[in-house]
Amino acid sequence: MLHRRKQAGSPIPGFGLSMGFTLSYLSLIVLIPISAVFFKSASLGWTHFWQAATTPRVIASYRLTIGASLAAALINMVTGLLVGWVLARYDFPGKHFVDAMVDLPFALPTAVAGIALTSLYVKSGWFGRYLQPHGIQVAFQPAGIVLALAFVGFPFVVRSVQPVLEDLDQELEEAAASLGASRWQTFRRVIFPSILPALLTGTALAFGRALGEYGSVIFIAGNMPMKTEISSLLIVSKLEQYDYAGATAIAVIMLVASFTLLLGINLLQARIRRQEAEA
Amino acid sequence: MSTTLPLPKVVSAPRTHSKQGTTVRRVLIGAALVFLTLFLAFPLLAVFAQAFVKGLHAYLAAIRDEETLLAARLTLMVIFIAVPLNLVFGLAAGWAITKFDFHGKNILITLIDLPLAVSPVVSGLIYVLVFGLHGWFGSWLDSHDIRIIFAVPGIVMATTFVTFPFIARELIPFMQTQGKEEEEAAAVLGANGWHILFKVTLPNIKWSLLYGVILASARAAGEFGAVSVVSGHIRGQTTTLPLQVEILYNEYNFVGAFAAASLLTLLAVVTLIARKTIEWKTSETEE
Repeated sequence: MLHRRKQAGSPIPGFGLSMGFTLSYLSLIVLIPISAVFFKSASLGWTHFWQAATTPRVIASYRLTIGASLAAALINMVTGLLVGWVLARYDFPGKHFVDAMVDLPFALPTAVAGIALTSLYVKSGWFGRYLQPHGIQVAFQPAGIVLALAFVGFPFVVRSVQPVLEDLDQELEEAAASLGASRWQTFRRVIFPSILPALLTGTALAFGRALGEYGSVIFIAGNMPMKTEISSLLIVSKLEQYDYAGATAIAVIMLVASFTLLLGINLLQARIRRQEAEA
Repeated sequence: MSTTLPLPKVVSAPRTHSKQGTTVRRVLIGAALVFLTLFLAFPLLAVFAQAFVKGLHAYLAAIRDEETLLAARLTLMVIFIAVPLNLVFGLAAGWAITKFDFHGKNILITLIDLPLAVSPVVSGLIYVLVFGLHGWFGSWLDSHDIRIIFAVPGIVMATTFVTFPFIARELIPFMQTQGKEEEEAAAVLGANGWHILFKVTLPNIKWSLLYGVILASARAAGEFGAVSVVSGHIRGQTTTLPLQVEILYNEYNFVGAFAAASLLTLLAVVTLIARKTIEWKTSETEE
């Protein structure tokens, strides 16, 4: 598959060495270990695998993980669009500082994010002390999981939408305005359709990240079986009980889900590039 | 312009600023700033507030705790093994992919990104399935008294996996925009491969290389899920800094946990500053 294309003899040396090292290292670190999880699950046999992957406790964890990830991704979509818009369109003091801050969730270790968010939303926390008297419980509830997932996924939408908004042809908007379109109409009819693919890509990336998230969630979740136990945590608990079959079965389901999502995102991005090429 | 570091262009909107438009703008900026303060700045402040809640002395004592220091040392050691490995890989992959044409290039690029789609916990699990007691090499390793899982080598491997794509992903798009004419010219003039790499290619890519190294180091220092699965949590031996944060937190030693967390937070802030600085540097050289 990876044969060097016949060409008019590139004078640059080192193809064999660099490609050889790349492929060996890729196989050793990534491909062989990932294949282990599929071999292991194949050795379980279909019925055993399916049983392990669909116990009520596991199903409850999928439901929670997918639901919370979806909710977090939608929050990211709205807030990410707002922040991306403000950063791309407006000037204000401290803009560069704010722009740098957006990446904080990428840079901050997940465990640190987890304990910091928990400390804010527990009963004595800076936010919890005002929320709990009103009956709003965040820590140790599904809401806490959504919050942690929205935190770690936040930069994806901003960073997808922001460059598209910056490159958007302003003449188009001016034309719409001169034809009598209101600001809202211009946004809805002209701007929104052109940023929609980027917005969806960013949201899908945030969703994918949320599906597998672990460190930021476990501190704030409470981790009650059937209620606030995410799939990643269930894999860890199964491993702690030396239930490798059970852990592997959940892992395979999660891997297939995230690989499918990755494929979808790649197709979406290919479409965006085609659109850009046509424009 | 590089594709990896999109610079926010300062758009001076020449549109007519109607009164209504100004109001909309103010409301949107205000809403974004309030949201970012509550959502991002407060968690950051909370780390330091909790770390210093019992004063500077308690904080310093918590940082000087022997187990926390050992954890910090292990974290540094893991970075110093995993990041250089991935650096060499990133250069090799960048060289092969951007200086030559071959079939299957896009598949190779997708495969390099694969670890990003694997959740942290599963990233640890795959190594348990290969090297753990019940894994492929488990009994062989056991009979030769080699421990990988629940020991430092497993932590290094899981971290290497998680940070695998970081440097390559920075380098490949950047090297693609650089093209290969300079290398070809050097080769025609008789320079050997290593000369071309060190004298021609590296000076061109140094900033994006540095940025990739910073990203990979930050992730290596902060990785939690993957390392948690393979570590075994042996105190003072196989606990990295993030795992130490978890242990202390679960023991209700909050000052200790947040003090250790504050070290990781500082590293995160340095990463953000470095990103901005490098963006600024690269935009300067391009202009």
